[in-house]
Amino acid sequence: MSRPTPLRGVHEALGATLTDFAGWLMPLRYGSESAEHNAVRQAAGLFDLSHMGEIFVTGPQAGEALDYALVGHLSALEPGRARYTMIVDPDGGVLDDLIVYRLTADEFMVVANASNYPRVAAELTGRAKDFDAAVDDRSEQYALVAVQGPNSRAILGGLTDADLDGLKYYAGLPATVAGIQVLIARTGYTGEDGFELFAAAGDAEPLWAALTEAGGPHGLVPAGLSARDTLRLEAGMPLYGNELTAELTPFDAGLGRVVRFDKPGDFVGRAALEPLRDVPPARRLVGLIATGRRVPRHGYPVVVADDGAVVGEVTSGAPSQTLGRPIAMAYVDSDRSEGLAVSIRGTHEAVEVVDLPFYRRKK
Amino acid sequence: MSSIPGDLQYTKEHEWVAGIDDGLTLTVGVTAYAAEALGDVVYVQVPEVGSTVAAGDAVGEVESTKSVSDIFAPVGGEITEINESVVDDPSLVNSDPYGEGWLFRIRMEGEPEDLLSAEEYGVLTSGES
Repeated sequence: MSRPTPLRGVHEALGATLTDFAGWLMPLRYGSESAEHNAVRQAAGLFDLSHMGEIFVTGPQAGEALDYALVGHLSALEPGRARYTMIVDPDGGVLDDLIVYRLTADEFMVVANASNYPRVAAELTGRAKDFDAAVDDRSEQYALVAVQGPNSRAILGGLTDADLDGLKYYAGLPATVAGIQVLIARTGYTGEDGFELFAAAGDAEPLWAALTEAGGPHGLVPAGLSARDTLRLEAGMPLYGNELTAELTPFDAGLGRVVRFDKPGDFVGRAALEPLRDVPPARRLVGLIATGRRVPRHGYPVVVADDGAVVGEVTSGAPSQTLGRPIAMAYVDSDRSEGLAVSIRGTHEAVEVVDLPFYRRKK
Repeated sequence: MSSIPGDLQYTKEHEWVAGIDDGLTLTVGVTAYAAEALGDVVYVQVPEVGSTVAAGDAVGEVESTKSVSDIFAPVGGEITEINESVVDDPSLVNSDPYGEGWLFRIRMEGEPEDLLSAEEYGVLTSGES
């Protein structure tokens, strides 16, 4: 049985198609996922992300504990700011990608993926045991709602006195939205400006209702996981389980910059990752744009068009609303960038290799 | 709930067929149930006119944002016509699956087997979610 989020009743009333995702019953789409995708690019979309995990690390050595447990330098983070980082196993394999918010000098919130957060909470607990810091998985107590798109600033601005203009990308502040206590973060997974609102699970419905009402005149629509996936794909953002797995290091994924060897002390994975920092990986993560209309999908082989030799594998693929053609991310042998195709159920379909992302919003 | 027209017949692969009564040519499409399960259809591949297919052959595909499904020939025969409109505008499969969203016509050789009535197809799809 899939677990419902606090907003299940809302999704059902909206006629959503619900799907199991990582053990959660989530809205896949409410109507047309293409329309939801385009609404986020052009106006705004409202997402239920309550399946994500919120793990709190608190105490005088919370920052040091996270420096040891994660690849980033979290003790250097200013209160009110956030970082994209990862937790790796001792071999350097990625266990999850995370956003860590420093709420105060001695309180951090680690946001982990739905499929991984029980493991992340357990790993953090074990890795923090020699530090004066406590790890508390509060995922069940939190709902997470995201407003994403160019109109999200105007929508949220009508519901809060918080200084949204002063809230930078990858920053968060406690605030009141429509009378509800939330943490507002200027983060997202769509490639657009937007906000993520962390609230008590019991406040999720009134918060959703207030955002829906305020957003209506600004073109806000509810958006499901299908649109979220195509939006993040266009923005070139990795998805754990597709572009990131325990078999890959951050360097394999082209995200070696998140590994901070310059921070003080040891950290889990340092010994395994240090020798890799200057070694070019055998494969690199690239973008593919199909020349035809068939869609390269997760797991399809990337081949040399001339002889069919397999030189890579697609990790994510979808039709792109913005480009009007199918797009994909794939790991491809580093010396290959021309004359490639994707084997789509037995037929080779030509693709063009491009740098990521496919889409970058105009500032 | 998606509609299931009473004057059509259905396959377990979520296709509908029409024209069985004239004994010559079948029109084939995908059901509203299948279209809803797929989501926004972005690409439709249909067989070539003049090609000969056997019953059960995968003769095309319907691709949506999230998934792709094969289209199967419900009966053996020759493809006599394809719906160029649905190739140009695959969203017709979503907006009018039993009408403008038809896929191809096939001149039957033999009789299709295991077709379902609307009532039987309703029972089949009520058990799936």
